[in-house]
Formats: sequence, C-alpha cells, structure tokens
Amino acid sequence: MRVFTYILMSFLIICAISVTLSKKLLNSILIFMSYSLVMSIIWMLLESPDLAITEAAVGAGVTSVLFFVTLKKIHAMGGEDGEHEEK
Amino acid sequence: MKKNSAFARWFYGEKDTLLDRVEMKPQPEYQRKESDYQKLLEKRRQLFAQIYDEPNRKLKAFGLMYRIAAIIFCLMLIFIMLMTVSWLPENGNPDNPVNNEVSARYIENGLQETGAVNIVTGMILDYRAFDTFGESNVLFIATVTVLILLRLDPEKKAKIKKKIPLYQKPLDEMTVEEAEAHDRVYEPKNDLILQKVAGFLVPIIIIFGIYVILNGHISPGGGFSGGAIIGAGLILYLNAFGFEKTERFFTEKTYKWTCFGALSFYCIAKSYSFYTGANHLESGIPLGTPGAILSSGLILPLNICVGLVVACTMYAFYVLFRKGGF
Repeated sequence: MRVFTYILMSFLIICAISVTLSKKLLNSILIFMSYSLVMSIIWMLLESPDLAITEAAVGAGVTSVLFFVTLKKIHAMGGEDGEHEEK
Repeated sequence: MKKNSAFARWFYGEKDTLLDRVEMKPQPEYQRKESDYQKLLEKRRQLFAQIYDEPNRKLKAFGLMYRIAAIIFCLMLIFIMLMTVSWLPENGNPDNPVNNEVSARYIENGLQETGAVNIVTGMILDYRAFDTFGESNVLFIATVTVLILLRLDPEKKAKIKKKIPLYQKPLDEMTVEEAEAHDRVYEPKNDLILQKVAGFLVPIIIIFGIYVILNGHISPGGGFSGGAIIGAGLILYLNAFGFEKTERFFTEKTYKWTCFGALSFYCIAKSYSFYTGANHLESGIPLGTPGAILSSGLILPLNICVGLVVACTMYAFYVLFRKGGF
C-alpha cells in the first residue's frame, strides 16, 4: 500500500508540473481534472472518505465544467469556434 | 568678313553671345526633406541592428533575467515552505497539540451527545454548526456575486430570441455573435449519444446524491458532498436536454425560494438549539437510536438544508456562466 501511495504522490507532482507546462488550455484543464481524481484516491487512502467524495464531485466535476464553459466563452477551445472567428 | 555679322561683333568684343543664354543664377540652398532624413536614419539604424542585433539582445536579456528571477523566487518559496514543514510536530505523535481535550471529547462523547455515527458530520453540524452556517452563506453570496458580474439584461435576451428564429440557419453560415446568441438561447445540440447516456446516468447520480445527503450522519458524506453530486447531475441533464426542459422545474424563483428557505430554516433551527443548550433547557428534539435514518436530532434536516443550498449553487453557477441568467 505504501508503494501505491508513493506512485500516486509522484503522479500528483507530475500532473502539477505538466499543468503549467502544457501549451493548450484544454489540455491543462484535463490534467487538472486527473489531478483532482488522484487527489480523491489519496484522501481515500488517508481514511477521510467525506473529503474524497467532495473532491471527486467538486474538483473533478463541477470546477472543470466551469472551466470548459469559460474556455468556450473566450473561444479558446479550438476547432469549430476558431473557424467561426475567422469569418 | 562682314562688318555687322554676329561673328564680327563677337570677334571685336562688341557682343557676348553667351549672355542671357548660358548664365549662372544663384540657386536656393539644397535642403533635405524631413521624411527622407528620417528614412535614411531608419535605414542606418536597421543596418546597425542587423549587425549588432540590438533590440533582440535587450529582449533576450530581459527574458533571461525573468526566468532567473522566477526560478529564484520558486526556490525561495519552496525553501520557506520546507522550513515551515520541518518546524511542524511529527505526524501521529500522541503529544501533538492537536490531541487536546477538545478532540478527545469529540471522539469520546460525540456519539452520545449528537447521536451521529459519523463523527465528522456530528462535529460540523452539531458542535460547529455555526461555521457550517457561515459556509452556506458564503456559497449564497458567491452566487449573488456571479449574478452581478454575468447577468444579461432580460430585454436584450428577448431581442436576441426574436431576431434569430429556431434553427433558421445552419451553424456554419452564422457569424460569431449570431452563433453565440443562438448558443445562449437554444442550448441543446441534440446529441443522441449524450442524451441516451444522460437519460441513463442522471437518475442514478441524483439518487446517489440524495442517498449521500440522507445518510450523512451514518456513513461518510453529508450535505456538501451530496449537494455537489446532485448539482453535477443537474448540469449533465441541462447539457443533454437544454434549458427548456430544466426550466420546467428550476427557475430563478425556485433558486431564490429554495436558498432562502434552507438558510432561514438552518438559522432558526440552530438558534433554537443554541438557545436551549446555553440555558440548560430541554430542547425537546429526540436523538433517537444511533444508526437509524431518523436519528441524531437536528443533523438530518440541517444536512438536507446544506445539500439543497450547495446543489442550487452549483447549478446556478453553471447556468450563469452559460447563459447569463436563469
């Protein structure tokens, strides 16, 4: 179990660094989402399931959705929105 | 040689043939135009810049300094934080200042005094219920702030709705503003996969959220986590089926009255409980048997209140971000 915790912790650090380094905002949000998921598993291992549920629902769910909506509003999603902007 | 010919006159020095024909007049002094001068200077500067790479060198130096400063700042921050951590007491040591009589009382007498099997819920909704009340109010105030920032004028919205009838143009031919207005008014893209998956998942998510709220005093969970789950389910439903479907049961009025009712019920119930507790009166609220759903006094209704406020807040955030109004 200890090894598993260490693997998760190193994954957290990798996620935190790659969020800042990734060029696309969409990728940053997805990495941030996975960060929250791993964090909720770590809460589980630290024997606080209350926090784990909240982290999974708020961190991975609602916050990321709000980020997505903001990206769509500022036309930073790429794809179709970019084409609309050119016209 | 004829005496009066032009040549003879010139020969004898009577007439200068070049007079009036080839003459040196005083000319105005040559002045370079200002723009030409600037152009020349610019050319010269560019040449120098090409040779010595002047502006780029400054930029590069600034970038280098910026990076070095950032790295030094980060290292100092890490150093300060690690220093602070090294001053903290060892994790799990029984002599830590955290393990004082307060937490001992929570752990030993929590079950008898609050009737909640889950000590965490017993703590945040009984001993420290006032903190949780403040947190719920913070959520409400956050929604109000987002409403102030992002609200769209209802008249403007009606105008947009009038201007763009439903699905008149294909999406590719619209301008950005039209597409945005269209997006605001007619939310659903009618994605079949999303609709099928949402139809299957949303009931499960919402029932799980209700379960988490109602079992807050027995198993892990509680108002905040359950409310967040329900809010996420509502957002998924909205994404799949659009505003027309959700507005049948959730409008601005619903939000207003749900939040108002939940917060005021929380305030009144907890004020009563604090009043009787401080004056050593009988509160008259039975604690019930620990482990049953209807037990632990006020904790269950307070959990429902917090859950309602959180679910409404999550949904309202999403709607305000998406559409600028309910």
